Amino acid sequence: MIEFWNDGDTPVHPASAPDYLPGAQLRETQLHRLRVVVARAYEKVKLFRQRMDDLKLTPDCLESLEDIARLPFTVKTDLRDTYPFGLFASPLSEVVRLHASSGTTGKPIVVAYTQGDMDVWSSVMVRTLTSCGVRRGDVVQNAYGYGLFTGGLGLHCGAEALGATVIPISGGNSERQIMVMNDFGSTVICATPSYFLHLIEVAAEKGIDMKSLPLKAGIFGAEPWTEAMRERIEAAGGIRAYDIYGLSEIIGPGVASECRVQSGLHIFEDHFYPEIIDPETGEVLPEGAEGELVLTTLSKQAMPMIRYRTRDITHFITEPCECGRTMRRMRRIGARSDDMMIIRGVNVFPSQIEEALLRVEGTLPHYQIMLTRVKDLDQIEVQVEVTKELFTDRVESMEQLQQKLGESIASVTGIRARVSLVEPHTIQRSQGKARRVIDNREMK
Amino acid sequence: MKIQQLSLFLENKPGHLSSICQTMADAGINIETLSLADTKQFGILRLVVQDWEKAKEVLELAGFVVNVTEVVATEVEDRPGGMAEVLEILQSGNINIEYMYAFTFRRGNKAVLVFRFDDPDAAIKLLESKGCSVLAPVELFSSGD
Repeated sequence: MIEFWNDGDTPVHPASAPDYLPGAQLRETQLHRLRVVVARAYEKVKLFRQRMDDLKLTPDCLESLEDIARLPFTVKTDLRDTYPFGLFASPLSEVVRLHASSGTTGKPIVVAYTQGDMDVWSSVMVRTLTSCGVRRGDVVQNAYGYGLFTGGLGLHCGAEALGATVIPISGGNSERQIMVMNDFGSTVICATPSYFLHLIEVAAEKGIDMKSLPLKAGIFGAEPWTEAMRERIEAAGGIRAYDIYGLSEIIGPGVASECRVQSGLHIFEDHFYPEIIDPETGEVLPEGAEGELVLTTLSKQAMPMIRYRTRDITHFITEPCECGRTMRRMRRIGARSDDMMIIRGVNVFPSQIEEALLRVEGTLPHYQIMLTRVKDLDQIEVQVEVTKELFTDRVESMEQLQQKLGESIASVTGIRARVSLVEPHTIQRSQGKARRVIDNREMK
Repeated sequence: MKIQQLSLFLENKPGHLSSICQTMADAGINIETLSLADTKQFGILRLVVQDWEKAKEVLELAGFVVNVTEVVATEVEDRPGGMAEVLEILQSGNINIEYMYAFTFRRGNKAVLVFRFDDPDAAIKLLESKGCSVLAPVELFSSGD
């Protein structure tokens, strides 16, 4: 694809050209594509047509881009309710790829790609990698999971299309990751940020200082992370750490990416039209206001998503970016609406605690996070329900388990937590899902 | 012969042990013997009952996490030195004891030692070769009165 490119440090890469579209041209492209995709969804997707009919709307209602606000939202449960193929706008004879995301309960959601969708996916991943400074000649160690999860194969096709050398190592087996990183001279790592922090530790245990390796950049996503984590990763890994954003329902990774400026993520809005809405009222908020990110796929064929509610909270950054890209930036996704904790000044997400528990146990037990404040110091206690798989009759093994969980939490979040093992079914569930955080801190 | 022992996880809180005993009582299951290992925060209750499968079922239905472990029960004379002799045999065979507890029979002058070994088969072989009586479930649970 990039046959004649050998750019060194030139900031603008041909594959990135759409990133610099002038505003008027971008809006024209968006409106044209929006009309096409809405007409397609209306014609082919029963659920969408019904909702449009209920609102007495037809695809002709789109006079301008602002008219998108008249269209109905799509939510995650729509994908579950129509499982597996109910939202497809293409027959399987035109679908070349299926992916699925697990979600936390019940059936997965299934997403589909035509060859055209695959080409778009690959192109936005090339733009993602390029904006993170990855070039042909880089050795990309892809530690995102391969399989139904979109992360692994999404990064893979982009890195290959870019002309980089891809190591499809997938997730897990940390010692082999370190060996490959060392022996193959990987210059780029793609992983979840918490997994990379884990790799830094594994390397250190083996006497390898990550900073001494050729690794120069990390492409991190698939979970919320923080500036504090970035600082730790960059300092301990000797790399630049970039945040990328995506979700299977929209395409997978490749929806938005940081650039060399590392200040907000450029949304590839020629393919994914972003809105920020008030999560309570559904109203579109003024430019710059914080709210829920809503995305519409402008070019998806197999599975168009119209006004998909991501549940991620962010805002647009209104100033132009130093890098020159015209694609709008959003602030990095810190939290799903309700869940970030600040403990002793450190941002901690339940998803990080989950990651830490998963790492030790392989499956996610029911857990609850209790926050208290003793003598002005935040205390975090993670209560973990003992499951059949975890329980043994030996006190020593149970104490080791407790200790391992504590160490894993410290390694992912950077804070020490007290781990308590509790009896099964003792953590309160509301609507089948546990309330994850109980904050009993008295703020003075 | 090995005996099936049930283990239960319980938090170190008032009332938690009695709810287990009540569950067993309601199901009409007699607890032959038990031992409780505890730390500051949690405990592990080990139970020996005749109908362990039924006990496991009712305890699991009541929401407890139940683990089944094979333990070895040996009979010793209920007199000073009775236990020491058995321990000596095990030590001589380099058999590691994970934990143990003891109880006395209602009949005669026998006591029963319950052992959790890494390798129960090797332990049984050794004990039997030295003339110790390793109890089968039928002997352990046969009513003495």
